[in-house]
Amino acid sequence: MIDVRSLKVTFNQGTPMESRALRGVDLHIPAGQFVAVIGSNGAGKTTFLNALSGEARPDTGRILIDDEDVTNWPAHRRSTLVARVFQDPMAGSCANLTIADNMGLAAARTGRRSLRPAVNRALREEFRAHLARLELGLENRLDDPMELLSGGQRQAVSLLMATIRPMKILLLDEHTAALDPKIAAFVLELTRRIVAEQKLTTLMVTHSMRQALDVGDRTVMLHEGRVVLDVIGEQRRGMKVEDLLRMFEKVRGQELDDDKLLLG
Amino acid sequence: MSLIAFLGAVETGLIYALVALGVYLSFRVLQFPDLTVDGSFPLGAAVAGILIVSGINPFLATFAAFFAGAAAGLVTAWLNVRLNILHLLASILTMIALFSINLRVMGGPVVPLLGEQTVFSGLDGLGIPSYWTLPAALLVIVVLCKIAIDLFLNSQIGAAMRATGSNARMARAQGINTGAYVLLGIALSNALVAVGGALFAQTQGAADITLGVGTIVVGLAAVIGGEAVILPRTPFLSTLACIAGSILYRIAVALALNADFIGLKAQDLNLITAVLVAGAMVLPTVRTPVTRALLKARGR
Repeated sequence: MIDVRSLKVTFNQGTPMESRALRGVDLHIPAGQFVAVIGSNGAGKTTFLNALSGEARPDTGRILIDDEDVTNWPAHRRSTLVARVFQDPMAGSCANLTIADNMGLAAARTGRRSLRPAVNRALREEFRAHLARLELGLENRLDDPMELLSGGQRQAVSLLMATIRPMKILLLDEHTAALDPKIAAFVLELTRRIVAEQKLTTLMVTHSMRQALDVGDRTVMLHEGRVVLDVIGEQRRGMKVEDLLRMFEKVRGQELDDDKLLLG
Repeated sequence: MSLIAFLGAVETGLIYALVALGVYLSFRVLQFPDLTVDGSFPLGAAVAGILIVSGINPFLATFAAFFAGAAAGLVTAWLNVRLNILHLLASILTMIALFSINLRVMGGPVVPLLGEQTVFSGLDGLGIPSYWTLPAALLVIVVLCKIAIDLFLNSQIGAAMRATGSNARMARAQGINTGAYVLLGIALSNALVAVGGALFAQTQGAADITLGVGTIVVGLAAVIGGEAVILPRTPFLSTLACIAGSILYRIAVALALNADFIGLKAQDLNLITAVLVAGAMVLPTVRTPVTRALLKARGR
């Protein structure tokens, strides 16, 4: 269960470059809910994820995970509760480390790191079993460096890494946006499968209105650092992409000339 | 080149292999260009030298050098991690400060160690010439260090350190406190370099304030040269490349100085080093067209 209370984040505070990325976000996410977050560029979507993962520090407001106040926890400490997949397929893993090494790092996320070997036989078997489910043949390439993999393969492995150990919330930051459509569909399907199997509390940022309505149980729209739309259940099922688009136009007070949002 | 000159080159190469391993940890594993080594190498020599002269057991003195180097590395890493000073500049600041500190430690520019007990004194009783026993003893030390570093880099902590250098944001998302790993890694790197300095002083018979000049370039020459010879696909191969690179570098220098027809003298050493490093850096890019031509010749 995630509780965000009047969260404000400002960049370059007190300078001419000051930008108020989040201007008071309140959001309550019950355990097991899959929330899709949408918004135009600069709406504060990524800043919101950064605040949840601890990469961005809020000026005011609170973040509670299972009633624990984690607002002042640095990113590395937050990672015991929060797992994340980045938009850039290159960002979620270490290029010059092998697949096994990368997964070993993820497997050690929740525990205390020691001088024990990072990868042992039991872990290799576990990784192999996880990778086999991707049906990409990666289970036979444990010792290949990550940089030999395609963007889609890397993103699929990143998703496995994020979910290989228990967490309280999974953050997906437009994790299919940088992939070609076929691979993107594959990664999205994989996401749905893993989230359903493990009943994960998930927050997925997306640029695609279709995704925002089709994937998950709830749609939240951010605009200028605030929640402007929050639909769930019956109301959400009745919504069409056109309705979302109209909502967008309303909050922006202008015609949408950017049809990129329609695609996907 | 005579056998003795050759073994001498191997001996120096093995000592500088410790420097190369340290430089590998900072430059390659953490991607932290650390020039502190120009100060921590003579620091190791100074600490070990002054302790040996005061009658301390030479093994203990070398051990103390390890910690002195680690402390120097910690200062650099702290300047960078906590005070946000650019890594290169932070290391230059520590290096400059160490020049004064080394003079303070030694109480002068040179501490002669001739006739003192060193970690190699036990070898004299074997009745084998020292130009054989010294490289052999150093080979054992370097191989032990290599094995320890390999085990470390493949441990959970070592893997976290490699991730810190490779992709810091990802590392933090995996619960790795990247700042702490930079502190640990740079401390370890300089500790190795300081042990190299301590052993160098003991084989040369003196700790000297000028020992450190160009240490970083020699270390880099070994790392880059080694990678040109051995493809560093795993930590095991990377550390092996450091050692091979360091020995090959010394042999190359000895050959260049011994080839009378070129007319090079000892004072040309730094020039040769610079040329060798530049060559080693260009080599991987030159190799590609050559490899391509070779493949074409084989009809592939």
